[in-house]
Amino acid sequence: LAPWIPVVGLEIHAQISSNSKLFSGSQVQFAAPPNSLVSFFDASLPGTLPVLNRRCVEAAVMTGLALNCSINKKSLFDRKHYFYADLPAGYQITQQRVPIAVNGSLSYSLCIDNKMSQMVTKTVRIKQIQLEQDSGKSLHDDTRCQTLVDLNRAGVGLMEVVMEPDMCCGEEAAAAVRELQLILQALGSSQAVMAEGQLRVDANVSVHHPGEPYGVRTEVKNINSIRFLAKAVDYEIQRQIEELENGGTILNETRAFDSKHGCTVPMRDKEGKQDYRFMPEPNLPPLILYDTKSLPANMNHQQVINIDWIHERLPDLPSVKREKLVEQYGILPEHSFTLLNEDGLAEFFESVVKQTQMKPKKVIGWILNDLLSYLKQHSLTVKESPVSSFLLADLLNLLEKKEISSTAAKQVLVELWKGEGKTPLEIVKEQKLELLHDQKELEQICQAVIDGQENE
Amino acid sequence: QRLSVDVLDHLEHLALVDFRDSEGVERLQKAIQFADQLQEVNTDGVEPMDSVLEDRWCLYLREDDVTEGNCTKELLENAREKVEEYFVAPPGNIPLPKLEERETFLQGS
Repeated sequence: LAPWIPVVGLEIHAQISSNSKLFSGSQVQFAAPPNSLVSFFDASLPGTLPVLNRRCVEAAVMTGLALNCSINKKSLFDRKHYFYADLPAGYQITQQRVPIAVNGSLSYSLCIDNKMSQMVTKTVRIKQIQLEQDSGKSLHDDTRCQTLVDLNRAGVGLMEVVMEPDMCCGEEAAAAVRELQLILQALGSSQAVMAEGQLRVDANVSVHHPGEPYGVRTEVKNINSIRFLAKAVDYEIQRQIEELENGGTILNETRAFDSKHGCTVPMRDKEGKQDYRFMPEPNLPPLILYDTKSLPANMNHQQVINIDWIHERLPDLPSVKREKLVEQYGILPEHSFTLLNEDGLAEFFESVVKQTQMKPKKVIGWILNDLLSYLKQHSLTVKESPVSSFLLADLLNLLEKKEISSTAAKQVLVELWKGEGKTPLEIVKEQKLELLHDQKELEQICQAVIDGQENE
Repeated sequence: QRLSVDVLDHLEHLALVDFRDSEGVERLQKAIQFADQLQEVNTDGVEPMDSVLEDRWCLYLREDDVTEGNCTKELLENAREKVEEYFVAPPGNIPLPKLEERETFLQGS
């Protein structure tokens, strides 16, 4: 049987973290009373016009720079037409001809053989990043045969990040998206919380034999978490391989991921191939961005976006933070990955290191093996940890001063998890876990044990 | 270049227009012919113009402040049907029936 090469590309929509929407002044907020965050423009009432939000442009430029893209100093807005109840205008304003950023790359890491001891770095090319509007939300009421529409989300700014089909499996797709998520969160351009719909991922999957042209691809939607992304991609790859090996063909269709059954199913309500009738958005002139060289002399600062100014103020990206952790604390690269992967863990680690004399290389073991595994077992976040960095540092100090053994320390930790407010020292005293250093006392105990044996 | 029935049907589906009768189709045909005259101009290597104002047409950038919204009642006044502050729509797109199944003069063509 000839081998199959799976090809995976991703289209990621990240909601921009801003106070107001992309083209209107209504508020951006998750979970508000229906249709309360909707302006006349968002509802597409006649006579309303789009007005571009500066913050959204800055967010897109930051993201483009962080992903090594070329920023287009002139980008254009277009209309993409289709009918749906949650798209009141009948079109979405997007950037189809010339997007704001192109030709970037994202590096991410994978551990080979699940051991976290060997990591490989991979790169995926970023085709482009474009600014576009989000649609409203449809709630399907099948019992009454109707759809309820809430336009609160309609018009919220999105950055669509298109990743070239450089990935080959679910694990790679998941790792790439995870890294993108961390970058967006570090930049603050998007909070990228998948559960709140701030980060949505569609996967394009196909398979082919080496040396042959790419196979027909399918688009997989309705993926609600990074874990499900890996599952959905791997399932679809398998499905396509099985279909083709059984002599079938792959349809160029859109499929939905069914998380309950772990499979993909064709999406209903897809009326054949859509013709979006793209046209330039007549109400918006080109978006012009500047750099220090091209900065116009007499323009109002508020109306000018300087790419270099934004570049200078980019915060440390996750890859840089990891390098700094490794350099500063002498921990392993794998450790730095785990620290950044868990929200708040890196800060917790650094806080403990500050409060203890124990070497960071030893502290990291307690953080990753003891603290993290406990949190995972009980599905707690770092913020929810019953053991604070202060308490852990306190405990590690006792260990470092050789007042207790390492085994005793683990026992104390178990007690601390209960969150009863006792200090490590109190627990040590309660359970008599102190290490004895007095020579005479030790001799007496040993002698008593020997005497006990002799009497038998 | 005469427009085929397929193209006309496709347009009716996409834009939900109704060409109604041969006059309507003829009008469309003439409009396309008129616009096609643009093809006579050689635009090789010329950047499309966005506006006659050229670079005097500046894109205004708005500050990221919340200045609108909170007008649920007013917006819902326009809705024929509503349920607890939601707009009500049919369960899915109702596509135009296929050519064979709808009453259109295009059928005869």
